[in-house]
Amino acid sequence: MSENFRVALLGNPNSGKSALFNKLTGARQKIANYPGVTVERVAGVLALPDGTHADVIDLPGAYAFDASSPDEEVTRKVVHGEFPGEAEPDVLVLVLDAGNLEQHLVFAQEVLALGKPTVVALNMVDMAERDGLKLDVEVLSKALGVPVVETVAVRRRGLDELKAAIAAARPAVGTLVDRPRMDATERRLEARTIAKAIVYQTSKARRIGDRLDNVLLNPWIGPLILLVLLFVMFQAVFAWAAPLTDALDGAAGSLGAWVEGAMPESFLRDLLTQGIIAGVGSVVVFLPQIIILFFFILVMEATGYMARAAFLMDRLMAGVGLSGRSFIPLLSSFACAIPGIMATRSIADPKDRLTTILIAPLMTCSARLPVYAVIIAAFIPQRTVAAGIGLQGLVLFALYLAGILGALIVALILRGTVTKGGATGFIMELPRYQLPSVGDIAIGLWQRAWVFLRRAGTIIFSATVILWLMLSFPQAEPGESQVDASIAGHIADGLNVVLEPIGFNREISLALVPAMAAREVAVASLATTYAIDAKDDEAEAEGLASTLSQRWSLPTALAFLAWFVFAPQCLSTIAVARRETNGWKWPTFMVGYLFALAYVFAGITYWSAVALGL
Amino acid sequence: MTLEKLKPGTSARIARIDWDALPPADAKRMRALGFEPGVEISMAHHGVFGGRDPVAVSIGRMTIALRKVQAAAISLDAA
Repeated sequence: MSENFRVALLGNPNSGKSALFNKLTGARQKIANYPGVTVERVAGVLALPDGTHADVIDLPGAYAFDASSPDEEVTRKVVHGEFPGEAEPDVLVLVLDAGNLEQHLVFAQEVLALGKPTVVALNMVDMAERDGLKLDVEVLSKALGVPVVETVAVRRRGLDELKAAIAAARPAVGTLVDRPRMDATERRLEARTIAKAIVYQTSKARRIGDRLDNVLLNPWIGPLILLVLLFVMFQAVFAWAAPLTDALDGAAGSLGAWVEGAMPESFLRDLLTQGIIAGVGSVVVFLPQIIILFFFILVMEATGYMARAAFLMDRLMAGVGLSGRSFIPLLSSFACAIPGIMATRSIADPKDRLTTILIAPLMTCSARLPVYAVIIAAFIPQRTVAAGIGLQGLVLFALYLAGILGALIVALILRGTVTKGGATGFIMELPRYQLPSVGDIAIGLWQRAWVFLRRAGTIIFSATVILWLMLSFPQAEPGESQVDASIAGHIADGLNVVLEPIGFNREISLALVPAMAAREVAVASLATTYAIDAKDDEAEAEGLASTLSQRWSLPTALAFLAWFVFAPQCLSTIAVARRETNGWKWPTFMVGYLFALAYVFAGITYWSAVALGL
Repeated sequence: MTLEKLKPGTSARIARIDWDALPPADAKRMRALGFEPGVEISMAHHGVFGGRDPVAVSIGRMTIALRKVQAAAISLDAA
């Protein structure tokens, strides 16, 4: 049990609260500025000027304690000390956007009415000044009756003053100040009065953001820009990453060859080269692509464009019974369904939220990228279709599109059946545009890379080793193939009865089992299987892609891709869906419908490809 | 006139809001964002293609996206 006192950061969405939290604690946390990104509990430790420490939590942004979404509910409960397992905070740091005081002061009244020791961080004062606002901090402090510190989180301005104010606000036990309670209308009137009093100069300077929005939210050009942006994003994933991927691939190959030469022939050497280096190495090479994908998503979030994308997508989402708000969790799901599903907490309507959770796994997550990448590299020729557009990138784009279309159709069906309910609205603040801070993007990318490498080092590593053991025992009789004789071979034979009709071979059946742990293990499994199989051949030196292109028919490869568009193949996603829906009912439903879709579509793909003579 | 009919770039004052026509959650959120009679509001952007749905309005120093059905509950003073 820590003796530190507890500090909670709270404020309206888009107050720059998360950026301030990062600078105060140095914690690794994702920053974005669409409403509702801070849905996880984020904690850190703050070093105070007097050498003591405080535990800081960053609460989800809220417009009021009168909660209308699950994440606002979290904020209300924590602040009131009603959140199970979460100690009541001792000091509140109320973060206000200096450029939008009239709005942010409304919630401030509600927070101050609690009578808890509070410090106000008047954040983003630089942007307010740029917008032509001049603010009087003294007057604000007097009006609110608490210390006010001017801060610019992204430039570290005012941080020391804020820390000192937090330390000074540290309460004697149980001190509550009595403050008048007001209703919502009174709070708004009071906010307006205070804002009027302290903003002593405004200029009518037209904001840069308005001009940007005239283009980016243009009814015709806006959607086109979004589409081009998404297309560039997927092209970049392939084109920019290629040299780095090749370099990593080469390094893994040389490492394998070096170990092969340096060690005497033994069980351990085979485990190292065929199991670990071939398996884990084949997944790690996709790190550059995953980083590029996350780079785009993080920049879209940090600049404020993501909320515009939600605005542009609302019409389409409304067509399938959802709202633009679902677009943000769904786009995050392209990186990983887990943060995507957690981000649905900002969706107020329960039916809307459930539908979004159920279709999130259809968004092509970054773990599917290694699978797509290796199959595309093996079977789709590297050809230029038009200036700057490669065939491989186009196929990748088509796979993503298949997932999106599948998700939209499934949403439409679900909204008419199992998640039937009243039409939901779409009300969303479009935050001001901001230049993303290089440091914050770098921290975000580092986190993603680290999570991916940790998965490679743990889940993928163990799955690969277990598979290698299952493939290597029992040892084959002379004249018999090792894969045929092994335990894994027998399991795959069983599965193959079901999967053969849709064009899958035994190696695929074999790869699908460990891929339940994490999708990208499918690639590692194929690499390990073929490495063992190739023991006697000279084929070992070749890359996985060229091995596959020799051994699989094109219809099989396409069916395999179709399977991965739909199949629910990550246990963590199922686990997080269980947590977010409070039970096994919906995750079971999700897994069932996804497997059914995967089977049917892989089958259709295979049969059509065969019929077309591919 | 109701809000969704306001032309982009023009502004008006909110005369009354038909709170009962809105789902309670929407009404709550709109109140929290400062929608109330007497407030100056302007149409910032129309939604995609010809459908103009959703719309983005400027209220206070914020830009808020909302759908036409929600905007239709907001009546404006004649300019």
